[in-house]
Amino acid sequence: MTATGSAPLVEMRNIKIAFGGVHAVDNVSIDLRPGEVMGLVGGNGAGKSTLMRALSGARPPDSGEIVIDGRPATIGNPRDAKTYGIETIYQTLALADNVDAAANMFLGRELTTRFGSLDESAMESSTRKVMGRLNPNFKNFKSPVRSLSGGQRQSVAIARAVHFNARILIMDEPTAALGPAETEQVRSLIRQLKAEGIGIFLVSHDIHDVFDLSERISVMYHGRVVDTVNKADTDPDAVLGMIILGKKPDEVTQKELAELELRG
Amino acid sequence: MTEASPTQGVARERSSRSVGELISTLEIDTRLLGMIGLLAIIWVGFNFLSEGKFLTTGNLWNLSVQSSSVAIMATGMVLIIVSRNIDLSVGSLLGFVGYTMAMVQAIWIPQSLGLGFDQPYTWLVALAIGLTLGILVGALQGFIVAYGGVPAFIVTLGGFLVWRGVLFLYAKGQTIAPMDKNFALIGGGPVGSLGEWPSWILGIAACAAIAWSVVTSRRKRRAYGFPVRPTWALVTVIGAASLAVLGAVWIANNYFWPAGLAHQYALDHNITEPEGGLQIPVGVAFPVLIMIAVTIVMTVIATRRRFGRYVFAIGGNPDAALLGGINVRMTIVKTYILMGILCAISAAIQTSRLNAGVTSLGVQAELDVISAAVIGGTSFAGGIGTIPGAILGAVVMQSLRSGMQLLNIDSPTQDIVVGVVLVAAVFLDSALRRRSTR
Repeated sequence: MTATGSAPLVEMRNIKIAFGGVHAVDNVSIDLRPGEVMGLVGGNGAGKSTLMRALSGARPPDSGEIVIDGRPATIGNPRDAKTYGIETIYQTLALADNVDAAANMFLGRELTTRFGSLDESAMESSTRKVMGRLNPNFKNFKSPVRSLSGGQRQSVAIARAVHFNARILIMDEPTAALGPAETEQVRSLIRQLKAEGIGIFLVSHDIHDVFDLSERISVMYHGRVVDTVNKADTDPDAVLGMIILGKKPDEVTQKELAELELRG
Repeated sequence: MTEASPTQGVARERSSRSVGELISTLEIDTRLLGMIGLLAIIWVGFNFLSEGKFLTTGNLWNLSVQSSSVAIMATGMVLIIVSRNIDLSVGSLLGFVGYTMAMVQAIWIPQSLGLGFDQPYTWLVALAIGLTLGILVGALQGFIVAYGGVPAFIVTLGGFLVWRGVLFLYAKGQTIAPMDKNFALIGGGPVGSLGEWPSWILGIAACAAIAWSVVTSRRKRRAYGFPVRPTWALVTVIGAASLAVLGAVWIANNYFWPAGLAHQYALDHNITEPEGGLQIPVGVAFPVLIMIAVTIVMTVIATRRRFGRYVFAIGGNPDAALLGGINVRMTIVKTYILMGILCAISAAIQTSRLNAGVTSLGVQAELDVISAAVIGGTSFAGGIGTIPGAILGAVVMQSLRSGMQLLNIDSPTQDIVVGVVLVAAVFLDSALRRRSTR
């Protein structure tokens, strides 16, 4: 299952993103292989989401290089990202609340008839099919997504990302709004997508989610990558230590360790 | 994302179940139905107060013509407000474009170029220049809003001053009249109308088109195996719509040419006049025809085209629209271009109706247009609004005004009533919306 050794699907090299004088992402390099889940963890403001927004085209990097399939890629906006097969499930879900599930799923990629008008029926039909697979309880195809529950809204966001044959999937806190049953559904979906050879960046606060699903884990701290480790070579405590202290386990002093014990 | 799961069903259960079910089976927009009810109350009320003077074919025909100009612009305002912007410049733009079109046909072509009056192409040239001007001004304002980062309120407040100022500068207070003969038809009047048989043919064609579109959309939904409304509901909807269309045509055809004009017509065509003079049905007026065409086109744009979908998505969640890969800025520019085109169309109608270019044309029109859109259910929060709603909103506004004129209510009192109705309508709308989304 691990795809160690295969050529990287995505390489982000020396990415820098600054907001004003603050380096939200400072010289970060990270890569992703086909069929791999790369866990991206870190505290609030560590730069995980900002780094992912660079890949999804939402906020192009100030400097650095993005290489996809070994070739340099130019991602200046979300549309560019999509042409590279990069799909994103944003933490905020990024749904237009006033339109229905089908309109959200096809937002920016509407199906049209040969006269160029929206093919509502075809879009609703595809949406019904995808939702039937992802969330069979989903029935409100005609209501604006505003009136849906958190889990249903999440399903719409996920449906949108998986429907368009993504090769690279960015999931930013995909289970944050979900109950236990729905969370399990998303986990099994991730395993299924991984088996199909899709590369997934999984951004999460939840160490257990990440340990359960990822092959490798990158820890970010104040805009930098502390370390990228194979799951097999580490354990949740070591990762937690890196998240909190921003240092590799062997760099941590006894004093810091003691403080950590106190906190934990 | 952390919103509690909504309990939509509760609100639905509270309202009367059988009526609610009937409406939902018919798949009629409840908001639109409410507005039609409001309009009915206004009409019947004024008819009662004016002792039967309001619901006459003549008054209703005039109402249709008076509403058309504001209604046309309101359809564009809907898209602008839906995308969380505003356009305060439409009145000034209307005046500026209208006056320029008057200049083209009354001064530039006949005098400056020495080509003479009433050339067959004059009206087309005037219209083309007006539309071009509308497009350019709309594009400029839209560009500054979308790419310049200046709030729409400020940009169009500037436009409100600038275009009126430009108009005064080159008009120097003069009124330009008369308009080209062909151009004058755009504004309506007995001659600028379809007449009896074409109106009936149009009405029947409209009924057929309604039936066709309802049936095809149903067939398509059924082909995909989606739920469809029962046949009786389908027939009811088509029947009600057809009745409304044919009723409107009947009203237009039962309004007759003024006696003097009919007499002149009889003399010109060597017709012996019957007892009580010749009765020539006026039929549907050209401006109303233009309004219907605009309504259809704008409805298609708003609900059936990508552009419209993007406008609504931007209004619902600008970030989501951007992350969805939509070119948000260009979409905004296009809404203003559309608004400019609609201003030019309304300018043609009003200039033609007055048969003159005047500097005061369109003063306060921006307020009428925004009010019409808002009474029609367009929400300033963005993302919500319909084209038919805006048309109805314009008719409601015009009904209030013309009804009060009929009752000889003075203009300040009219303003007070319209102002109160505007606020009350939005209050009611937002109260109902809160209840239905909770």
